[in-house]
Formats: sequence, structure tokens, C-alpha cells
Amino acid sequence: MSGSKKTRTVRVDALARVEGEGGVLVRVKGDKVVEVKLRIYEPPRFFEAFLRGRHFTEAPDITARICGICPVAYQMSSIHAMENACGVTVTGPIRDLRRLLYCGEWIESHVLHVAMLHAPDFLGYESAIHMAKDHPTVVTNSLQLKKLGNEIVTVAGGREIHPVNVRVGGFHKAPSKKELEPLVEKLKAGRDIAVSILRLVAGFPFPDFTPDYELVALRHPSEYPFNEGRLVSSRGLDIAVSDYESRFAEEHVEHSNALHSSLKERGAYFVGPLARYGLNFDRLPPAVQQLAKEAGLPPVCKNPFQSIVVRAVETVYAIDEALRILAAYEPPERPWVDVSPRDGVGMACTEAPRGILYHRYRIGADGLIQEAKIVPPTSQNLRTIEDDLRLFVEKNLALPQDQLTWRCEQAVRNYDPCISCATHFLNLTIERA
Amino acid sequence: MTRILIGTGNLHAGDDAAGLFVARKARPRLPTDVRVVEAAGDGAGLLDVWSEGDDVILVDAAVSGSLPGTIHQFDAMAGPVPARFNLRSSHAFGVAPGIELARALSRLPGRLTLFAIEADSFGTGAPPTPGVRRAIDEVVDAVVASWGERMHLHRGDAPGDARS
Repeated sequence: MSGSKKTRTVRVDALARVEGEGGVLVRVKGDKVVEVKLRIYEPPRFFEAFLRGRHFTEAPDITARICGICPVAYQMSSIHAMENACGVTVTGPIRDLRRLLYCGEWIESHVLHVAMLHAPDFLGYESAIHMAKDHPTVVTNSLQLKKLGNEIVTVAGGREIHPVNVRVGGFHKAPSKKELEPLVEKLKAGRDIAVSILRLVAGFPFPDFTPDYELVALRHPSEYPFNEGRLVSSRGLDIAVSDYESRFAEEHVEHSNALHSSLKERGAYFVGPLARYGLNFDRLPPAVQQLAKEAGLPPVCKNPFQSIVVRAVETVYAIDEALRILAAYEPPERPWVDVSPRDGVGMACTEAPRGILYHRYRIGADGLIQEAKIVPPTSQNLRTIEDDLRLFVEKNLALPQDQLTWRCEQAVRNYDPCISCATHFLNLTIERA
Repeated sequence: MTRILIGTGNLHAGDDAAGLFVARKARPRLPTDVRVVEAAGDGAGLLDVWSEGDDVILVDAAVSGSLPGTIHQFDAMAGPVPARFNLRSSHAFGVAPGIELARALSRLPGRLTLFAIEADSFGTGAPPTPGVRRAIDEVVDAVVASWGERMHLHRGDAPGDARS
């Protein structure tokens, strides 16, 4: 194609193996990509408007409904934002239980994506169903691990999807040690499965593709981040979460029902497992660091196709962290702290499986929500996904159309995009002539 | 023989709740040994739900282009659900992939019957539309006819009881 002035189009009308509905259009002229559109046509969901006028204590249950895969993330960001608005900090076993709940969500979300949605790309199968016939043990083990994540969410959160046990200030009911005890042996067995999945995906062939992203994630003084920390980047950003909106902006683009986020004056940035890992490698326990090294991962990895390996590393981490929490757990005397509303604004960022999830609320002294802003990780990655497609297609124009189209879909799935979240918002078209 | 009725869907998304309403309405009418399960529609999770089932009936909402309220019945053991049936799910791995994954892994129950109720609207917070409500009652009757009516109703177990 090089040197040709013909145009060529790659189109995926409905992306498969992603959450929600959207498509991709890539238009190529000669050897240059002239247009990339990640078209998000799933309708916007107006959750920010639903929240206005509701009581601040309702936010975790309402926002959990934004997503069936990462409801815990929405609950965690909303409660921390509300507690921030009300001047309350939750510590001790309640805080540990929140981390445990997040461990469950990371395990079930990561395993679903790694084994069921993304691995078929690397192994050359149309779907996990086709893969299951040749790799039944991998699929069966993955289902078992996903179920374990769901069990953690059920025990700590009250049910596996859209948990009901989370409240501003803590939990409605704290699980007893006896209720948590059966998880320990299952987690120990699950760790072996997670390590086997990590070793499997580490052996996949990865294209040579390492854009110079600005990685953005939370960073905590001592922990691999879930619920708190400063917002840091690979280019020196280091801000409090309360300063998020002074440095990040959202804008409408014509082809998408989801807003696109950017770093003011710098543009696209990258959130999610690759960013989290690259900015927090030193916060992983030595045993997990060692597994990452054995899997061929450097401390900072910018190949988005290797995000599948990083998700597998984070799955092992989440299991180890859950075991650590369970070993030390003593139920709190009271599973919540009182949170009284006051006039104010509260912000919080937590690390959803797909990356940072920002919430801001303005509430009144009557406890009613006056204003809400929610920025999900997928909308923060949309601009970067389009940049990836532009670079990737230009590097791979020699590929036949069907292979190029498949690779483009795979490039989008690197991000495990949750379109349902982003529209609170995928199809692929590559046009070339 | 273990019999399981599984209703899937989202209670807060209009006609997507059809399977859940079938489960709730059928529960008090079915023999007490029938296990009734309400599920969110995560296909991967369904394999565990029916793992101990000999005879399983699964009810979900669908979009195939038929008139809203149309009831489609499939013997899932005989082969895949036709591609034109978009079984509604907010999950990347919904009901139809769950059935096919189970087939690939030889983890289908002894018998699996799927009722798919043609949906019209998926409005957030909306109740099921009139045609789908009628279909819900017809599927409840069909399930009860298939597995038999509970002989002695207990107080509070009147048909229509919306316990989950």
C-alpha cells in the first residue's frame, strides 16, 4: 500500500467481547491514517442527573447500577467522596473490608477479561466458547477463579452483583470470621490457578508496540492502590485527588456518546492495570514482583498488548492481599461510623479494574445531592485507544484486511473497555483506498 | 431428579426483567422440590447454577424481530440458540454464550429448555410492557404445566407473591 493514494477503510460495526455497544472506524489514505473514530453509540445513561436531589446515603446503591462488572468500584468511589465531603475518614477493619471487597471485584473482572474475552485473541479463537473445546482446563479453572471473586463480593458485599451491604461510613453488616473462613482455603487453591494463568498468558506472542504513554494512577505511601492515594503520572504529575478537575478535562466529540478525557495542555493519557503496575511496581509484595519478572514483565511496561499479563499479575496480587486481610481480620465492633451531612464538596478516586474512577459530589446540610460528576476509566482511555489504533494501523498496513481488522479489535480489547460505564457508552471500520 | 427454574435479567430495565418475574410468579405454584433461582444473566455463572440440575428451565428476554410478547421455546440440548436471538444482557458474557460454553465443556444439565420472551422496551426503571406481562403469565403457566402444580399452598404463597 505504501505510496498509494488509494483510501482503505477498516470497519468493525459491533465490537465483540467488550462491555456495552460501540464500533471502530479507521480511514487510511496512502500510508497514512487520516481518521480514527471509536464510535460509542450505546445511549448515555444520565446517572449524574439521576443523583441530583437524592440523599447522599443513596449514592453507593444508585451508582453501583452503572455497571454489572465493576459495581464495587462505583460504590467505593461514591462513599469515599461522600465521606470526604463530610470530613470523615474510615480506618481499621472497615477499611480492610473495603479492600477485601475490591480484591473480589478485581479477581472476577480480571479473570473474565484475561481468560474469556482477551485470551482467544492470542490463541487464535473467535471466542472463549471455541477456545474451550481445545483448552477446557484453562476455561474451567478460570471459571472457578471468577466464581471465587464473586464469592468474596458476596460475603463482604451481600450479593455478587450490585452489592447491597455497602454504606457511607462502612457496611450495614460486617461478616464474622466464621463467614470469611471458608474463603481462605479457596484462595490458596485459587492462587495456584492464578499463577498458572499468568504463566500461560506470559507465553503469548505480543506485537512490538510501545507508545510513549503518560501513565496515570493512584499511588499510596505503602500499598498497591485500591481506595486512596495521590494521583501520579509517568511525566511527573503528583496531585491530590481534590485537584483532579484542575488538571483533567472532559469534552464532547461528535462520534461518541461518551465524553473524552484529556490532561489539560498535554492530551491523552493512559489509566488501568498497565498504569497502575508501572507506577506502583515497588508497592507489590516481593513474591508478586518475582512472578512478574518471571513472566517477562519489566517494572514499567508500555506495550498495551501485554496488559493481559499485568491483569494476571494483579489477579495474583488481589488473592494475596485478600489472604493477608483475612489472616488479620477481626470484625469491627460497629460496622460503620456515623457520617453527618454538611454543606460541602467531596471528591474521591479509586482504582476500578479498568483504572481510576473519579467521583465528585456537592451536597447540602440536608444531605441532598446538589451536583454529581462521574468520570469512569474507559472514557479516560478513549483518546488513547484512538491514538493506539492510528499508530497500530500505520505500522501494520501490509496486513490483509481481515487480519488488520482482527488486530484492531484486539487493540481495543487491550483496554477491557466498559462502554456501559463510559456512557454512563463498541463495532470497527477501517477504510483504506 | 433435581429440577431448577432460572429466571435471568435486570429488574430495573423494563422488559429485561421478564425472566425474573417468571421465577417470582412460578415459585409459589411449583412443587417444593423445584429450585427457583433469579440470576443477573452472567452466562459464565449459569454453569454453576445448573451444575446439579437434571431438568432445567431457563427464562430470559430476547430481541429477534418478532412481535413483543412472543414466546420462543428452545430445546437447548438440541443445538445452539439461533443467532438472530439477541438474548439481552448487560454482560459481555451473557446467557447464550453461557449455554454454548457449557456445551463445549460438557457441562450442560441433563435437560435444558429455554423460554425467550420477545422484549419491546428496556427503559431504566420502567415496568415490563403489557405484551411482555401477558407472556410472563403464559410462561409461568407453561412451567407449572410441565412440572406440576404445588398441591397445598401455604399462607403467603399465593400466586404473584414477589419474593426473591
